[in-house]
Order: sequence, then structure tokens, then C-alpha cells
Amino acid sequence: MAGQPSGAGVTPVSGSQWRPALAPALMLRHDSVRGTDLLVLPERVVVLEGHAGQVVGLCDGTRTVRGIVDELAGRFPGAPVATEVPSFLDRLHQEGWLK
Amino acid sequence: MTTHQAPVNGARPWALLAELTHACPLHCPYCSNPLELARRSTELSTGQWTDVLRQAAALGVVHTHLSGGEPLLRPDLERIVAAAEAAGIYTQLVTSGTGLDEARLGALCAAGLRSVQLSVQHADAKANDRIAGRPSSFAAKERAAALVRRAGLPLGLNVVLHRDNLDAVDDLIELGEAWGVDRIELANTQFYGWGLLNRAALLPTRDQLARARETVERRRERLAGRIDLVWVVPDYFDGVAKPCMGGWGAVSLTVAPDGTVLPCPAAASLPDLDAPNVRDRPLDWIWEHSPAFNRFRGTGWMSGPCGGCPRREEDFGGCRCQAYALTGDAARTDPACALSPDHHLIRSLTDTGPVQEPPPYVYRRPGAVPEPGHGGSPEPAGR
Repeated sequence: MAGQPSGAGVTPVSGSQWRPALAPALMLRHDSVRGTDLLVLPERVVVLEGHAGQVVGLCDGTRTVRGIVDELAGRFPGAPVATEVPSFLDRLHQEGWLK
Repeated sequence: MTTHQAPVNGARPWALLAELTHACPLHCPYCSNPLELARRSTELSTGQWTDVLRQAAALGVVHTHLSGGEPLLRPDLERIVAAAEAAGIYTQLVTSGTGLDEARLGALCAAGLRSVQLSVQHADAKANDRIAGRPSSFAAKERAAALVRRAGLPLGLNVVLHRDNLDAVDDLIELGEAWGVDRIELANTQFYGWGLLNRAALLPTRDQLARARETVERRRERLAGRIDLVWVVPDYFDGVAKPCMGGWGAVSLTVAPDGTVLPCPAAASLPDLDAPNVRDRPLDWIWEHSPAFNRFRGTGWMSGPCGGCPRREEDFGGCRCQAYALTGDAARTDPACALSPDHHLIRSLTDTGPVQEPPPYVYRRPGAVPEPGHGGSPEPAGR
């Protein structure tokens, strides 16, 4: 299932060829003080709720979006990863956080 | 699966402003550093900064601005960056660009430096160097920007705006584009320290601000998706207090060159704050229990219009240091707020037409502060 564009007129990039990787300026880390995953940027910190940190953690430039979805489907049987993950990755790409 | 901005009222600090030194090759008259600059002999050692960063990370800090003064003047900057990286803290170097060459940047990157914020005083080289009080500082910035770009680090341009560069906002944005920056912060002068001392020379006119604001709006549309354009509001002119520091002791802390720990970088100006020092106390005690960090935390300390104001959880009563600077009482409502009984103190400055002959700058230099009663520069009340 294709990802939903989250902005008007924006083409989703979660097509078959894209292998998402974290933009070089970003740091993905676990925050043990707050018990959450974080994306740290030059001027801000984004809290990744739920399993979002695990999704971003799979964006290492080797997996396609399909590959990421398959891996998560194995980890979380029954979760709606096929519908949610591509649009989530599209949103992160639009923010410039995934390349 | 959602993302959201870090909560404004986290119990733990997210960010540390590390003022590594007050020494600086530039002498900008708008500098918010205190008039009494920390001497180099009083600065924390490499080992002490390493310990501060380790403690900060344990407390919850995930982000540090390595600033000053000019942090490149610390010969151990690479080791401080490495200490932050080892503690898991994201580092941003805040620099004037002077002293950044290829070898130094290479060493900083190897130590784990993540991003750079570069100050610029004006888009015109001569005007830049006049405001900075240093010849050829513009050329150094241009070189520094190119080096950072080549190294692949994210680069932000930071411009403090005032009477002498607000008319160049369009050119400044163009400069940022030409230098390939990711972000341009156009920060209207906050009047603390040297900036307050030079207020009469720096205060813009309403017309200048209106034109600059229009330019920013127009440019922002065109730059969307390429350069993040940030406009830091001129609180003297807007009639609205800024949510200073996201609240006192709520989101971040500052460690000054001598180890003094402050809820706000300007708080050194508060005479009875009894600011704690990392040489005497652990950072978690300072954050949680020190009287200084609890003094204006939350809303319980508020009086006057703030106490019952629906905006008190949004602007936190504005800025304590500004309330003190203008009224002599840090617990009063920030006079920048139109609801403050002291608002006339600001209106009287901003409602008069343009000053025809602004006074010359008092450049930021150790010992440059004029004696009281000598010259026409404003002094903070109660000094």
C-alpha cells in the first residue's frame, strides 16, 4: 500500500527504490533519563513516541521501505505497519530528516 | 506513531549553554555577556568541563551550544567536544569564525562536532567589521562558512539585528543563500549586558522593523524547504513579553566560564541571586534544589498582572533579567508586556521618533565600561 502524502502536492517518496537513511546532521539516540527515543537536530530535539525510534533505527540506507515494513511486520505481528510506516517515513523525509 | 516537540515544561533540562570563555576577538556592542567579563584565569579547566558535561548528560541534557565569547580561543575545545560526544550530548559550535582553519575544523569534526552556528554582523564586509570592531573579520567568516560546508556539517547563520543592520536584512538573507547555510536566525537585539549599555545606539525605529519584517515574510515563502528562516521578535516593540528561556529553570541551563550555573545567560546581572557554582555543588543539586533555580520556577512567585493572567503559562511572566534591568525588581512583570504597570519605561524609548545622532558604540572589551555618571549610556537600574 502506497504512503499517503502528508502535504498538498507533495509526491510520496516511499516508492520501491528509496532506501531511507538518517540525514547526516541528525542523531538518533535513546534517552534513558526520560525513557524515550530522540532525534536530535542542530536546533531542536524531537521525541519519538511508541515504536517510532525502532522505525527510524532501521533507516540505515540499506533497506527499502518495503524491507523496513517487512522487518517491522515480523517484530510486531498484527500491527498496521504496512499502512502507517510508509506515510511516517514520508513525513520524516519532508522534514528533511531522512534522505 | 507521532512526533512532537519536546515539552516546554520538562522536569529535566534538555540543553546546556556552555560559555567556555568570555575572551573574544570581536567586540560587538550588542553582546549580551555581562559587563564584568570573566577573566581567563578563572575559567574552568578541561577536566572540570568534562565533568560538567558528564553530569549534564546524567541530568537529561541532550544538546549543548559551545559558546562564549569565542570558544575557539580554548585550545582544549577539541577535548571538550569529545567529552560531550562521549557523554552522548549533541554539540553545536557557536563561533565568530575567527580562528577557524581547515586543521582546526578537522580536529573538531574528528572529536565529534555535529553542527556550527556562525555569527555575522552585516552583509557588507566594511559594515560588518565596523560593528564587530575588528578589521577583516568578515573575510574570516566567509572562509569559515566555506570550510564548514566542505566538511558537510549543518551550518546556521546568526545575525543580531539592530539600527545599523536592519535595513540590510534582504542582503543578509542573500548572503546566507550564497554561503549555502541551512538556517538563518535573525535575532532582534535583546538588551542585556553590553547590549543594554549600548541601547541608545542600537535601538531601531518602528519603520525599520516593519520593513525588515515584510522582507522576512516575502523571503520565507521563497526559501521554504531550503533554508529555515527564523525571526526572533523585538520584544521592546511588540508589547508582548517573550517566554524567556521557556521558563526559569524549566528547559535549559547556562554554565558561565568560571563555573557559575545560571537559569538564563543574563542572570549574572541579578545582584542577589546567589548563583551556584559547579566547583561547589553537583549539577543535579543545582538544578533541583538550589535557591537560584527555584526562585522564579513555575508561577507561584508571580504578582501584579502576571498572577491572574491567562498567558502566565505561555510567557512565564517574560524575562526576570529585563524586569530587574528596567525596574530594579526581578520579580515584577516584564515591562515589555503591555499589561505591565512599567510598560511606559519601554514605550518612552520606542515611541519617540528616530534618534538623529545615536551615541558611538561602547565596544565590548574588558575595562571599557564608562564610570557611572560619565557619558550618556543607560545603566541597569540598581547597579
